[in-house]
Amino acid sequence: MIEVENLTKLYGSTPAVDHISFRVEKGEILGFLGPNGAGKTTTMRILTGFLPATDGTARVAGFDVFEKSLEVRRRIGYLPETPPLYPEMRVAGYLDAVARLKQVPAEKRKARVDAAMEMAKVTEKRGELIKRLSRGYKQRVGLAQALVHDPEVIILDEPTVGLDPKQIIEVRHLIKSLAGSHTIILSTHILPEVSMTCDRVVIINRGKIAAVDTPANLTGHLSGGETVAVEIKAAGGKAEAARALLERLPGVRGVTAEPADASGRFTARIECEPGRDLRSRIAEAVVGQGHELYELRASRVSLEDIFLQLTTQEPAEAAPQSRVETVAAGGER
Amino acid sequence: MKGTYAVFRKEMSLYFVSPIAYVVVGGFLLLAGFFFQTFLEIIIQQSMRAAMQSMQFGSPFDIDVPGETMRSFFGVCGTILLFVVPMLTMGSYAEERKRGTMELLMTSPLTDMEIVLGKYLAALTLFLIMLLPTALQMFILFRGSDPTPPWRLAVCGYIGVFLLGGSLLAIGQFLSSLTENQIIASVWTFIVFLLLWVLDAAVRGNPQSGIAAVAQYLSVMRHFDTFVRGVMDSTNLIYYFSLIALGLFLTMRSIDSMRWRRA
Repeated sequence: MIEVENLTKLYGSTPAVDHISFRVEKGEILGFLGPNGAGKTTTMRILTGFLPATDGTARVAGFDVFEKSLEVRRRIGYLPETPPLYPEMRVAGYLDAVARLKQVPAEKRKARVDAAMEMAKVTEKRGELIKRLSRGYKQRVGLAQALVHDPEVIILDEPTVGLDPKQIIEVRHLIKSLAGSHTIILSTHILPEVSMTCDRVVIINRGKIAAVDTPANLTGHLSGGETVAVEIKAAGGKAEAARALLERLPGVRGVTAEPADASGRFTARIECEPGRDLRSRIAEAVVGQGHELYELRASRVSLEDIFLQLTTQEPAEAAPQSRVETVAAGGER
Repeated sequence: MKGTYAVFRKEMSLYFVSPIAYVVVGGFLLLAGFFFQTFLEIIIQQSMRAAMQSMQFGSPFDIDVPGETMRSFFGVCGTILLFVVPMLTMGSYAEERKRGTMELLMTSPLTDMEIVLGKYLAALTLFLIMLLPTALQMFILFRGSDPTPPWRLAVCGYIGVFLLGGSLLAIGQFLSSLTENQIIASVWTFIVFLLLWVLDAAVRGNPQSGIAAVAQYLSVMRHFDTFVRGVMDSTNLIYYFSLIALGLFLTMRSIDSMRWRRA
């Protein structure tokens, strides 16, 4: 449904988006993840025909976004970062005006406006002036605006910003319910959002794609095994001995320990070989040597870790960079 | 065409839910009414004095009260427009850019031309609505005059005011599209209007030079004066139509350049 090839956008000589390529299949939800200023908004603006690309091509539903901009715009619903609202208008009047701008035929207009209000759950505010609405309602009116012409492709730039937790859940449900019949791209820097709503994730940093994969694969690839977090008070304050004990255990690949306090109490992350659950062995060994065990839990690598790992720039070290490449390659299979 | 109408409708409904239209229209009508009344009184007084003089000295009595009133009235309307139009156009694009609604327009299936025309026609319509109540004053003037003054004078005057306003609106909307700040837009618009207004005054000392001829041709007020005198001259029509076309064309280029510049 959406094909992006070698898309590049320069502002002056600085690239905001640097040769990115990805595809989105029909009915899929693609998450755009990246720190602020990574190029998410720029990419979305190019797809919606708001900005022209410097180089490369982007197609939506088979139409080039630059050559056939009007055809593309007919098929796209777009919620920019700040919802494009007219504060002096009333909700229903605003949506009717948007429906006209999006050229919804007159006979369908009323039904579409009602449907959009229903989906975004703003029906009870239909007669309200937009400027009197709370931030969350404004955001939802913005969402209704993106849905009013029943577009094939929906592009949402940080759709849950400004919503309270209950509204966030509602919007996520709405987005999920739209998938299948609609193709959706959403951007966010909230990680759980991606793992909860998206079929695939594009991690983008400094205008380049750092990784493309499903949320599950991303966490799987990078962790490569199980991690156990422990908090131990070493017998006699000898933290080193306790650490060495953990490292010697069969199946342990490495231990990262925080510095111990005066009493010898410390926390550590133990990386285990894939597919092995060492929790009971660890407990046994630690207690058996007379150390005190305060906490023991399995911790999977979270999207946060991956995100930080992929987007934190460490030019001095080549190692994390090469891991990034591996994941990116893995994602394109 | 459908797109133009959609933009037009949106603009009109915004005009009438925001206070600006009411304030500007009300202000214009207040000033226009005040000046009409003042001119009428002054000119009637003058004509009475002239009538008395003609009785005393037998000199010819030739003051055309309705004609003079109309000329002065349309003349002052032109001047009021210089102040009123910047307030009507300052928000046209600047406000949309600031609110981010320009992004909505530019990602809707509308061509730049549809956006520009829709907005321009809406401003023009509001301007017509603003002008309409002054017809009441004309009606009173025509009812109260004997013999009835020539219609041509009123019609030409209105066409002149309409064309002057139309040109100023086109230029004002263009200047509004250059910034995100309404205040900056209105200040620039006002400065440009003043320059266009006094262009021919600047070269009055040397009226024969080539520059003077060009400056006089470019001055909006000079062309306007012809209409006020009751003369329909195709030169002036062409002048105003070109000014409108230029304003709209520049606005379209400006919108296009937003796509290329926007960071």
